[in-house]
Amino acid sequence: MTIVFLKKETKIKSILATFEKNYYKMPNHKIDPNQWITLYSDYLFNYTVSRVSDREMAQDLVSETFLAGLKSMKNFKGEASERTWLISILKRKIIDYYRKINSNKGKAEVRMSYNSDSETEGDWLEERVADPFDKTAEDTIENTELSAAIQSCLGKLPEKQANVFEMKTILNYETEAICNELNITASNLWVIIHRARTAMASCLEKNWF
Amino acid sequence: MSKNKIFIPCEEANHVCDKTQYKEATLWEKIKLNIHLAYCSACRKYTKNNTALTKLFKREKPQTLNVEAKEDLRSAFEKELANYKD
Repeated sequence: MTIVFLKKETKIKSILATFEKNYYKMPNHKIDPNQWITLYSDYLFNYTVSRVSDREMAQDLVSETFLAGLKSMKNFKGEASERTWLISILKRKIIDYYRKINSNKGKAEVRMSYNSDSETEGDWLEERVADPFDKTAEDTIENTELSAAIQSCLGKLPEKQANVFEMKTILNYETEAICNELNITASNLWVIIHRARTAMASCLEKNWF
Repeated sequence: MSKNKIFIPCEEANHVCDKTQYKEATLWEKIKLNIHLAYCSACRKYTKNNTALTKLFKREKPQTLNVEAKEDLRSAFEKELANYKD
C-alpha cells in the first residue's frame, strides 16, 4: 500500500518537474495578426453571441475587437496567449456596449415590484423558492468549457470539412444548398460530413462523452 | 445497390447513420440500419457517438460566422492591417 503511494508521489513529482521545465522554457507568446481572423473569429463570435444575443451586433463587436487589438498590438506583453488577450479586449467592448444601450437614466434603473396587484399579494414566498431549472454557476462553467472544447475541435478540422460541417450542423443549411454553393455532389458532401463527424467525435470523446 | 437488400455493408450503415442525424434518412433506410446494428458492434459504437455529438450540438448551439460575414470581417481587417505594416 505504502509502496504504491510512494510510487504515485514520485510520479507526480516527476510530472511537476517536467511541467516546470517546460514552463520556463516556454517562449513568450508571439503576436501575429495575419492569422487572427482564421483562428479566432469563430471563437470570439461564439463568446459574444452568448452574451449579446444579437448576431449583427456580435459581429460588429468582434470586428471592433480585432481592430482595437491591432491598434494596441505593441502593448501585448506575451504573458497570455493571443486568444486570451483578444478575449480581454472583447470583454471591454461588450461592457461598453451594455453601457451605451443603458445610458438613458430610466433604462439603467432597476425596478422591483413584488406585489404589484392585489391578486398576487402574499406570493412573495413562492417567488423566492429556488428554481430547479435555473442554471447554477457550475452549469455555466461546464457550458463555457464545453463550447471552448467544441470550438477548438472545430479548429482542428481541415478547412473544407469544418466549412461543410458548420454549414450543415450549425447553420442548418439544406444539403442541396450546400452542394450548389460549394459545387460538390451530394455523395461528396456526405463523405466530408462523415469524416468531420468522426474527427469531431474522437476529438470530443476524451472529455465530453 | 438494390433496394430490397436487408443486410447492408458497414459503409452504407454509417452513411445512413449520418443522414439520420440530419433527419434525411427514409424509413426503409432506418430499418436497414437497425438490422445492421443488431449484429455489428463497431457500427453500434459509431452510431452512439454520432448521436451524442448531435445532441451536444443541439444542447450547446455553438454559433459560427457564416462565410460571407467572415469575408466581410477579413476585408475590413486587412484594409486596416495594411496601415500597420512597416
